[in-house]
Amino acid sequence: MTKHHVSATVNGDAVEFLCDSQETLLEVLRDELRLNGTKEGCGTGDCGACSVMLDGRLVCSCLVLGVEAEGRSIETIEGMAVGRELHVLQRKFLEHAALQCGICTPGILIAARALLERKPDPTEAEVRCGLAGNLCRCTGYHKIVEAVLDAAREMRGQG
Amino acid sequence: MSTQPRYQERELKVVGTRPLRPDGVDKVTGRARYGADISLPGQLIGKVLRSPHAHARIKSIDTSLAAALPGVKAIVTRDDFADMPEEYAAAGELTINFRDVTRNMMAREKVLYDGHPLAAVAATSESIAREALKLIRVEYEILPHVIDVIAAMQPDAPLLHEEQYTVGVNPRPARPSNLAKRLEFKLGDVEAGFSRAELIIEREFNTKPVHQGYIEPQACLASYTEDGQAELWTSTQGHFVFRAQCAKLLQMEISKIRVTPTEIGGGFGGKNNIYNEPLAIALSKKSHRPVKMVMTREEVFRATGPTSGGNVKVKLGATRAGRITAATAELSFQAGAFPGSSVAPASMCAFTRYDIPNVRVVGHDVTVNRPKVAAYRAPGAPIAAFAVESVIDEMAKKLGIDPIEFRLRNAAKEGTQTYYGPKLGAIGYIQTLEAARAHPHYSAPLGPDQGRGVATGFWFNIGNETTAALNINEDGTVALMMGTIDVAGGSRAAMAMMVAEELGIPVDRVRPHIGDTSSLGFNFITAGSRGTFAGGMACVVAAREAIEKLRSRAAGIRDVPLEAVVWKDGHACPAEDGARQFAPLSLADIARLAGKTGGPISGHAELNVQGAGPGFGAHIVDVEVDRQTGSIKILRYTAVQDVGRAIHPAYVEGQLQGGVVQGIGWALNEEYVYDADGILANPGFLDYRVPVASDLPFIDTFIVEVPNPNHPYGVRGCGEVPIIAPLAAIANAVENALGIRFCDLPLSPPKVLQGMDEAAAGGD
Repeated sequence: MTKHHVSATVNGDAVEFLCDSQETLLEVLRDELRLNGTKEGCGTGDCGACSVMLDGRLVCSCLVLGVEAEGRSIETIEGMAVGRELHVLQRKFLEHAALQCGICTPGILIAARALLERKPDPTEAEVRCGLAGNLCRCTGYHKIVEAVLDAAREMRGQG
Repeated sequence: MSTQPRYQERELKVVGTRPLRPDGVDKVTGRARYGADISLPGQLIGKVLRSPHAHARIKSIDTSLAAALPGVKAIVTRDDFADMPEEYAAAGELTINFRDVTRNMMAREKVLYDGHPLAAVAATSESIAREALKLIRVEYEILPHVIDVIAAMQPDAPLLHEEQYTVGVNPRPARPSNLAKRLEFKLGDVEAGFSRAELIIEREFNTKPVHQGYIEPQACLASYTEDGQAELWTSTQGHFVFRAQCAKLLQMEISKIRVTPTEIGGGFGGKNNIYNEPLAIALSKKSHRPVKMVMTREEVFRATGPTSGGNVKVKLGATRAGRITAATAELSFQAGAFPGSSVAPASMCAFTRYDIPNVRVVGHDVTVNRPKVAAYRAPGAPIAAFAVESVIDEMAKKLGIDPIEFRLRNAAKEGTQTYYGPKLGAIGYIQTLEAARAHPHYSAPLGPDQGRGVATGFWFNIGNETTAALNINEDGTVALMMGTIDVAGGSRAAMAMMVAEELGIPVDRVRPHIGDTSSLGFNFITAGSRGTFAGGMACVVAAREAIEKLRSRAAGIRDVPLEAVVWKDGHACPAEDGARQFAPLSLADIARLAGKTGGPISGHAELNVQGAGPGFGAHIVDVEVDRQTGSIKILRYTAVQDVGRAIHPAYVEGQLQGGVVQGIGWALNEEYVYDADGILANPGFLDYRVPVASDLPFIDTFIVEVPNPNHPYGVRGCGEVPIIAPLAAIANAVENALGIRFCDLPLSPPKVLQGMDEAAAGGD
């Protein structure tokens, strides 16, 4: 089987990779580009652990083919902190104890950032609906919702 | 041998505060390495062929076509593993039998459930491995199957194990059956107790199997070398126990296997058991290449976990004054394809919140054509408590007594005789109930179609073999090596905090690590809420040993007798009433001089920890029922729990909130659905619906602290109790809202609508 050559941007860096027609963006990120921060929880788009941004849009990378990344821009958890500076959401997740096992955390952080870009001043219900596509089995979501609301407050203050 | 330090009331500087978790930054930046994140050069990908039948005899397995596929490097089947005789071993709160473990890992005579492994292939890519699975020819003789626990106990039920004669029945039954074990616990005289009762209630309850639902599927990587050594990286709750089981199943010496636990993406009891690990080692041995095996979510649902579904019959008698006189229960649990459900702990938990003079509990462990069950957070207790707490609620209502008051009148306390053996020690059930009654939630007003429910839970908690080591680094910082797994709850933080408290240094000077199986002595599985209790005990003992050495070094440096030196606030100081005064030495001072005063300083603990403190929880929930759709909304939830001592209160709250929400899922949505052929119909998160953020309100917590006298900081363990009460609390709240008592879970919209329709038609 001939592999496809794909050029894309990941976290601001130009990347090139070869992938099979059936390979998902999630597999490409993890296996080809060795960006293991994006997680596979289900492979069917039901858990949100593999959430990434594709041209500014929140997607489950397990539902996107690697070849679809051609010419597009992808943002993953590895690009969320800037240098040594954690993103406000990352810091708030730590301060609010909003993670336990952490396997869902990268996906939830990506989804939460997408939510706050859309809605800088969300209600509790809006945060809960905004994260409804991301399963967390450890926390019961309580501290996640608190962390996102607190991050939103701080980000508005800065903005 | 160290003796275990007991609880001491003292001023605390670190314990009880909320520092950031040491594993936190790795987890928010994507650095943390879970099972599927570990790779080795040259690794192959292993995949498993699984049974498409619920029950069939294996007539033949032909792997020749698959073996011939380019890229396939090794295939293993039943022929590659030695048969095991019956031999029992502890695994978490449940017991395993190696005869069954080897058959569950790889079917031998029969496949016993949809998803049962039959063969495993290692190939140069996942797609080739999958292609190879399709080329394996298996000839089956399909057999009738049985899924339901009550059906499986009928005399004419399809039989899973032809040699299975019920244990615990005297004389031994004449015929084999699916009833693997009957157990019975008795206290007092139940007939006499019921004859004194003025109100007797009898009810029957059913629950469905639910999955632990950890978001990280099982994943492992094995590398077997030409000199017979194996390295294994795996996502596990018990790397030492996995090592022992792999050694047994593969007939290897324990010293030849080294297991490194990866970060674990959720466990909840579901990662107490080996699945692919021995297969990966065997495939690596055969292919001379590292082999990585990652389960799909479908495989996780079909072949790992879940917990039992159960049928529970409860009978309770009480006086008009609200004193329970007698109680009986009969619990029948699905064990899955092999014996060993959680019916024993469930039976022991059923009434152990109450001081009841006359009790009889019978448990049935029943094999059915489903995956072998695994532990799930307080294994079995939620099923038993759903039944018992529902009947307690009904009884309180019929007696006209407030449900918390009714529980208080019958509450277990220190000295209460349990029906399974010991008397209860210092426990905080009464304090927990009183805190729930005093909580503003309990008296808040309710609207139309809303109801409030209360239920309580009890769990034993356990200790067991535990080790720890800490090294005082040259600059006075500390490397802490622990042997229990941080099963997500933050036990690394809790251990570091206890060590910092002991040593009198800031917590960020203590860096906790989880050791591999070669770096520490044996540790039992991190189960039974033992991590912070037993692991913490080992860390405290190790720290105190290091402190003794630090005192001794300080005495040498200052040339004073050892008894003139006390350890205080991170310094070796002169004893207050001592005659010999000297300038204090800090931990860093002593560490810096360690090379000149006798060499490196460390502390160790190798314990079999005893004295676990039982935990009790009392939950209050408000629900609103949508009469159009039958949907139940959780409006407000409060979990009160005696945790002994919250080392890190935020992480304790997190345990309570997470456990409650798993219980809410069990109560409202989650269930294994099988079709008529015994095939799992919902092996994915789309159709097996765990709670999502928008289903839930905030989960309020209230921490009660009645110290466990057998732990230096009073820790009981807190992770399991919170899943026990939600099932009954929610059912009781629905009853309060609708006047309908639901006895079958989950309370899914169709079931609730049907219940309302039946009630409207005049049914009971």
